[in-house]
Amino acid sequence: MLTYAISRAIQFALSLLVASVAVFALMSLLPGNAAQVALGTNATPEAVAALEAQYGLDRPPLIRYFDWMGGMLTGDFGTSYVTGADITPVIVGSVQVTAILVIAAIALSILIAVPLGTFAALEQRNWIGVTISAISQVGIAIPNFLAAIILVIIFSLTLGWFPSQGWMAPIEGFGGFLLRLVLPVVSLALVQAAILTRYVRSAVLDVMREDFIRTARAKGLTRSKALFVHGLRNAAIPVITVAGVQLATLLVGAVIIEQIFVLPGIGSELVRAVANRDLVAVQGIVMVLVLLVLIINLIVDILVPIVDPRIRNAA
Amino acid sequence: MNPNPTGAPTPHETGTTASAKPRSRKGGRRTNASMIIGAALVVLIVGLALVSFVWTPYDPNSIDPVARLQSGSLAHPFGTDTFGRDTLTWVMVGARITLLVGVVAVGIALLIGTPIGIIAAFFAKQSWGMWIDAVIMRANDILLAFPALLLAIIFAAVYSPGTGPAMVAVGIAAIPGFARVARSGTLQVLGSDYVRAARASNRRVPAIALVHVLPNIAGMVIVQASVAFAISVLAEAGLSFLGLGTQAPTPSWGRMLQESQQYLSTHPELALWPGVFIALAVLGFNLLGDGLRDRFDPKMEARGA
Repeated sequence: MLTYAISRAIQFALSLLVASVAVFALMSLLPGNAAQVALGTNATPEAVAALEAQYGLDRPPLIRYFDWMGGMLTGDFGTSYVTGADITPVIVGSVQVTAILVIAAIALSILIAVPLGTFAALEQRNWIGVTISAISQVGIAIPNFLAAIILVIIFSLTLGWFPSQGWMAPIEGFGGFLLRLVLPVVSLALVQAAILTRYVRSAVLDVMREDFIRTARAKGLTRSKALFVHGLRNAAIPVITVAGVQLATLLVGAVIIEQIFVLPGIGSELVRAVANRDLVAVQGIVMVLVLLVLIINLIVDILVPIVDPRIRNAA
Repeated sequence: MNPNPTGAPTPHETGTTASAKPRSRKGGRRTNASMIIGAALVVLIVGLALVSFVWTPYDPNSIDPVARLQSGSLAHPFGTDTFGRDTLTWVMVGARITLLVGVVAVGIALLIGTPIGIIAAFFAKQSWGMWIDAVIMRANDILLAFPALLLAIIFAAVYSPGTGPAMVAVGIAAIPGFARVARSGTLQVLGSDYVRAARASNRRVPAIALVHVLPNIAGMVIVQASVAFAISVLAEAGLSFLGLGTQAPTPSWGRMLQESQQYLSTHPELALWPGVFIALAVLGFNLLGDGLRDRFDPKMEARGA
């Protein structure tokens, strides 16, 4: 288990290294350069050269890469060529907003999907099970931004229960913070719950066919007792994997929800950086997002054998 | 927002080794229904796009200040937008971009991902080539750390925002899914007796790949294509919603939805129609994929929608 964890950690570090080279290459080497992009196509060559010299862009790419990487490792994402400001505080602040949003959404979707999916599997041949499956199939097709718009129309514009946009830090007022969080979190969670319900349902169906469930049933346990005592832990494995993938997807997918609800998350910062042609900020934010996705994958890879001893022993 | 962006095992793939039992009659019937509904929705969307080339109720760019922000009526069944443009016309013309992005993105992913997966599987079967397979699959995993939306935003930052970069980015992001499906399918085929027989009779690797592997994994690849199509519809809509995809004045469902936001309190139906059609397109390709999966892989037990 320990060797497995170490080998996964090494893989993680290598992936991060390759990804950082890819991001750097894409941003710094391809068409034109950051200074040209920041100043626009009409900039004079002199102005571009001056900005390049100011930020050391005239140095060889390899040096710039190590400078950038070294900065990030010490928690410094660099200075924007567009605003001239340090972008580290912006990234740190906005990541927190997105993290709150995404973790709350995943937690809510698990709370919805696990009971619903289990129920749909147990009542598979029943109209309830079929209905749950059909609803989750339709739910998967609804983009989260459409869910958000529908929720805003109903609960904000019509009923007036929740604000339609805005953000309040928890220290400014916890009630206001929660109130503004409800609609964005629910819009993200509903669609994810629909996806997760299908996985939970099929994981439970798979488990119910296992020999150890049949043994438990032969021993005299009821179907649901057998499932709860022996089955759920086994059904959890594919569900953990999928929830990890969803968490990673939502980190970026939340960008649209952040825009709709005007939340100062990392996605909003990314879109703003793209609009401002602030390549240093784009580069830094992309790297943070990729880092988070890789960390989530690492955690999932280590968590799965902990939950399932069979995989642990095989590894 | 992506149903299955990473090519991680879908419900139908998980644990199939443990439960390869004969399909139940009932399950078979139900999945047939999902294929029919899915195909019907896909035909509807494709039909809208095709018809829009020869006929639309109005000129998509004709502005009519008198008829602005109307609700549904006989003249404008879906109403009109803030410039008095006919929403039904825009929905029809918008279907073109949705399908174009899907076809190009899935085409890129399929044409690059499938050969990569097949090649990786061939190397995986050789003791001297296993490391090549490992490197290919690691690279695949790293690409997975860039979700379609993120890659598309990067492309919009480096190049200018537009339909072209969006299609390419979504396509690249979908490559790992195809590579994984093709690799696991190829590994199965390579373990079969007829491939061993072909090897023994000295057929060369490219011949085996074309004659034995490709026809056998085609079904799985088509299923993946259908799922990837649904993902690309979502990604295009999302990008255009953010203003990083299809640019004005080309009609696109995502941008219609974005433009409707200002009028949510007074004209919510402006958001309704593009939203409904995005959902129908995604539902259609997802259902079609589900139905095809059960058809192409009889070993798998049909579990319904």
